[in-house]
Amino acid sequence: MEGAQAKAQPADAVGQVTLAERRERLERMLRGGLAADRRRRLLERFIVSGLFLAATVSVLTTTGIIYTLLIETVHFFQRVSLIEFLTDTQWTPLFTEKRFGIAPLVVATLLVSAIAMLVSLPLGLLAAIGLAEFLPPRLARVVKPILEVLAGVPTVVYGYFALLFVTPLLQGVIPNLQVFNVLSAGLVMGIMILPLVASLSQDTMLAVPHSLREAAYALGATKLEVVWRVVVPASLSGIVASFILAVSRAIGETMIVVIAMGNTPRLSFNPLEQMQAMTAYIVQVSLGDTPHGTLEYQTIFAVGTTLFVITMGLNLLSFRFLRRFREIYR
Amino acid sequence: MTGTQLQPTVETDIEFRPRLSLRRRIGVLFGSLTVVAMIIGLTTLTALIVDVVRDGWPVLSWDFIQNFPSRRPSEAGIRSALVGTVYIMLLVAVIAFPLGLSAAIYLEEFAPKNRVTSFIELNISNLAAVPSIVYGLLGLGIFVRAFELGRSLIAGALTLSLLILPILIIAAREALRAVPPSIREAGYALGASRWQTVRMFVLPVAMPGILTGTILALSRAIGETAPLITIGALTYVAFTPQSIFDPFTVLPIQVYNWVSRPQPAFHDLAAGGIIVLLAVLLSFNALAILLRARLQRHLRD
Repeated sequence: MEGAQAKAQPADAVGQVTLAERRERLERMLRGGLAADRRRRLLERFIVSGLFLAATVSVLTTTGIIYTLLIETVHFFQRVSLIEFLTDTQWTPLFTEKRFGIAPLVVATLLVSAIAMLVSLPLGLLAAIGLAEFLPPRLARVVKPILEVLAGVPTVVYGYFALLFVTPLLQGVIPNLQVFNVLSAGLVMGIMILPLVASLSQDTMLAVPHSLREAAYALGATKLEVVWRVVVPASLSGIVASFILAVSRAIGETMIVVIAMGNTPRLSFNPLEQMQAMTAYIVQVSLGDTPHGTLEYQTIFAVGTTLFVITMGLNLLSFRFLRRFREIYR
Repeated sequence: MTGTQLQPTVETDIEFRPRLSLRRRIGVLFGSLTVVAMIIGLTTLTALIVDVVRDGWPVLSWDFIQNFPSRRPSEAGIRSALVGTVYIMLLVAVIAFPLGLSAAIYLEEFAPKNRVTSFIELNISNLAAVPSIVYGLLGLGIFVRAFELGRSLIAGALTLSLLILPILIIAAREALRAVPPSIREAGYALGASRWQTVRMFVLPVAMPGILTGTILALSRAIGETAPLITIGALTYVAFTPQSIFDPFTVLPIQVYNWVSRPQPAFHDLAAGGIIVLLAVLLSFNALAILLRARLQRHLRD
């Protein structure tokens, strides 16, 4: 008996040790697993906060833009009265006799944008209707990317095209067209913006539910009637959004107007003459060596603020129309 | 009562003539009008390319690529501009890609639906439509003056990175959104956490789309002129930058410099510069298409 117990003891002891060891090992693993889990969870929270910070860069950018523009603009208006800025009809900050009326720059910008819109809105809408409704889908898939190449061409190339191709071409028809003029700049800008209007409008038209089209066909409408009386009205707010975004793009466009429209700020409404747009003035001053803190330096921020306020207003208006469109068809 | 109401309807029914053939003909007319609109766009594109190639082809040579700009048109080249464009491109890619991708992942995969998120989203779509020259003013005020980086490569790269960030984020989000939910569910079913699912399941599937969007955003940065002029990139640079704090020029600025001179010889140089610029852009887009095709094939296997 004793012998048997003595024999069993070591075996039992070995067994107990392994059990205890196993248990301990298991607990360690569990504890370790929990710790690792906690570490991982902490690390992931850290990563997600990093991702969030990256997302806030956009907010920082907007803040940075508003801050930079405001601080110099405030300095500018400490030296120049707001009333002069808004009502004077001359802009001559680079001359000895300085005048600070923004009107010539704003009028030039609006004039060239208006010409661009006369080209891009009808052509863009027509192209959108064609792509969405008339062209066979397979052909539309080929034509659309080619049209979008127009939007990818650098604007400096359009400037070259406007100055050295379109203007000489137009001078053959309009003899008193100046070398630098609003007309060619506007026409070329219109072609540049065409794909923006076409693409956005087409997207909204494609989002109109098919049941609406089918209902109209069932009532005996022809294709054009379906497009014009059903699809276009149904996607109207989306189309309006694309139009507003196009205006915003035209107003902010720089290189075409710098190269082809001229650099003489004059208050005029004749598109055959040269004028200076807001963006062109900023470029003109930037090309010279304007020291920080001078009035010339501050003028570009005052002009920039005007530009930013106008375009931002248009962008937000456009988003509002787009949201209305999305809400209708959700 | 009912009789008087019915009467007009009956009258219009009698007067109604379908005139179907006329209405169809007007439809065909309108359809061809839409084709005309597209043809106008395509013709302009063709005219632009033909014009540039006709003017610029004669100046293209190895010397044109290798020489620095010069006052004498016959000796002028685009060396400093081409090198500047390549440097800017690399820097912008290094800065903007991780930032844009992180922001897109956050907004698409982690962001709660609340006011902060929708504010950030509105911000991004607004920034995408802010004129590029305004970014130039931002760069001038913050990077050039406040950070005292001067008119350097890094100031230009930071400015352009902020400029393309919204475009990059929007493109990357679209690529992430296109990943089917089943892929995410597969990740969760294997016990992966949210981040692990994104990193190991969603990102590999979305990568081709993300890279394509990144390359398209980068090609926007390559073509930009106005913001770099605003931060003070030089228009005449007869050296290549040695560090990221050196002054620089890029191809579009060199083209602008030559276009704005009155002598026709410089206009031809500008056209030559445009051909090189368009060639760089074209190869970039080809790279995007190639990359997408290869990665998609890789994923299918």
